Amino acid sequence: MTYRDIVIVGGGPAGLAAATAAYDAGSTDIVVLEREENLGGILNQCIHNGFGLHTFKEELTGPEYAARFEQLVYDRGIEYRLGSTVINVSDDKVVTYVSEKDGLQKIKAKAVVLTCGCRERPRGGINIAGARAAGIFSAGTAQKLVNIDGLMPGREVVILGSGDIGLIMARRMTFEGAKVKAVVELMPYSSGLNRNIVQCLNDFDIPLLFSHTVVDIKATNGRVSSVVIAQVDEKLQPIMSTAQEIPCDTLLLSVGLLPENELAGYAGVQLSPVTNGAIVDDQMMTSVEGIFECGNVLHVHDLVDYVSEESTHAGKCAAAYVQNGMTATEYVPTCGTNGVRYVVPQKIRKDTNYEQISLRMRVANAFRNVELAVLLDGEKIVSRKRPIVTPGEMETVVLNSEMVERVKHGSKLEVTLLGGTK
Amino acid sequence: MSKQFICINCPLGCHLEVDDSNLDDIKVSGNTCPRGKIYAVSEVTAPKRMVTDSVPVEDGDVLRVSVKTASPIPKEKIFDCIEVIRTVRAHAPVNIGDVLYSNVCDTGVDIVATRNAKRI
Ligand SMILES: Cc1cc2nc3c(=O)[nH]c(=O)nc-3n(C[C@H](O)[C@H](O)[C@H](O)COP(=O)(O)OP(=O)(O)OC[C@H]3O[C@@H](n4cnc5c(N)ncnc54)[C@H](O)[C@@H]3O)c2cc1C
Ligand code: SF4
Repeated sequence: MTYRDIVIVGGGPAGLAAATAAYDAGSTDIVVLEREENLGGILNQCIHNGFGLHTFKEELTGPEYAARFEQLVYDRGIEYRLGSTVINVSDDKVVTYVSEKDGLQKIKAKAVVLTCGCRERPRGGINIAGARAAGIFSAGTAQKLVNIDGLMPGREVVILGSGDIGLIMARRMTFEGAKVKAVVELMPYSSGLNRNIVQCLNDFDIPLLFSHTVVDIKATNGRVSSVVIAQVDEKLQPIMSTAQEIPCDTLLLSVGLLPENELAGYAGVQLSPVTNGAIVDDQMMTSVEGIFECGNVLHVHDLVDYVSEESTHAGKCAAAYVQNGMTATEYVPTCGTNGVRYVVPQKIRKDTNYEQISLRMRVANAFRNVELAVLLDGEKIVSRKRPIVTPGEMETVVLNSEMVERVKHGSKLEVTLLGGTK
Repeated sequence: MSKQFICINCPLGCHLEVDDSNLDDIKVSGNTCPRGKIYAVSEVTAPKRMVTDSVPVEDGDVLRVSVKTASPIPKEKIFDCIEVIRTVRAHAPVNIGDVLYSNVCDTGVDIVATRNAKRI
């Protein structure tokens, strides 16, 4: 067993930002463990542009954004090990990993930052009937095949789910010569950006069918030959009289992301049933002392800029913990009400000197002309007017030190929506 | 003629109605803010798009590097541009920003690398 101050699990944008920030805060004894052969995480396959507007004030592609954060790690000489898959994290912060080069290794850390990202919800997770045929891929797997390996998953494509990854892949497959016959969305709206609906579908006359789903998959010789789609009613149940068959050889699933929290589970970290990520305090520390979480493993982010911001904070806090030990004694929980589905962090400490605290949240439904307000024991302490809030876009409210100062033990800190129309 | 667009500049996604019968005086309605009008005018006069793709690398530590047009190109040239990119081969080492093809389809815009590849 070897000993390190900070072990970071995952070398995606979250891990890179956390490592850089911890280093700059004076904890330089760090190792980043990454199971792939490259740093940068999922961004390496997101070759489209639109990343980094907040952070760099310019529109970068995914690999360019990742490269900037990789450079920060190289510049500092922070150690990273590639091809190293972490298979266990214990509650006393022993991190076990395997790699071809090192075999099975254990590292005892003073602090662990989990930045494992998320994975796509598989077919089993949504239960589509029909043939177990070749030609069914998650949109992200197809993205990797096309962009990293240069392989085409198929020629005639139907995409289920209109999240951004599905929309981006509709355009990508079209560029590569495939015919995308339809994007089918269960809900009456898309969780994807308007920009992607316009530039990835409308530009190429790809139909987007709202309130529709795939009810059957047919196969010939073990390969998808068509899918049957149908409209759904208000209860999201298929109306079989509307069923229509679309010939195709490929079905892409873009039906949501799930934080990858097996390791957190092994360590005994308490998870939130709403975010599927850890329950953390404002220092991004989980219920297990010295284990931190940030990025997509904590909750699904739509903008990588916020991943970097959150993870920079987590890295700083991990360094502070290594240097000063545990300082928290009292917590005040946060909660979302009246349409605010969740708030991260789920609790704030009552003992530290704060500059500010960012509360991040998602709403359950779209609202227009609404006020996003933080209430302390029922009294509004800060709010933001928003022309629109949607479930697809994360919202942030910042509490300054004065506001945090007012939070007392036993206070109720609530984020809520005031006014607004659906 | 009247045309319809969805503004892409913010999540509101205003439905824009554009009358471009007089190109010197394009009328836009449905926008909540001035950015909607600017967007609508550019969409009817000279719509442009970024094109991103990936190309094979020889002797690199990765099989392919991603590429983009250094700036947006006219929308109607997207598929011609893709055809050209299909012929491009990169040779490691490749650095982000390296020009892999100049002046694609006479647009005056270069195809540049967006990922590094080390030589092996
Ligand atoms: C398919 C897909 C497409 C996306 N497209 C976009 C997009 O177009 N635009 C956008 O803004 N966002 C997109 N996202 C969201 C994107 O994931 C985030 O913006 C950002 O990449 C999250 O950073 P992260 O570091 O938290 O996670 P990731 O980038 O996923 O990085 C996590 C890293 O941890 C590593 N890891 C996981 N488990 C282990 C383990 N046990 N041991 C060692 N290493 C491990 C992984 O290999 C990976 O490198 C996409 C997500 C997915 C899944
Ligand atoms: S017109 Fe203005 S408010 Fe409406 S979508 Fe465009 S940028 Fe947003």
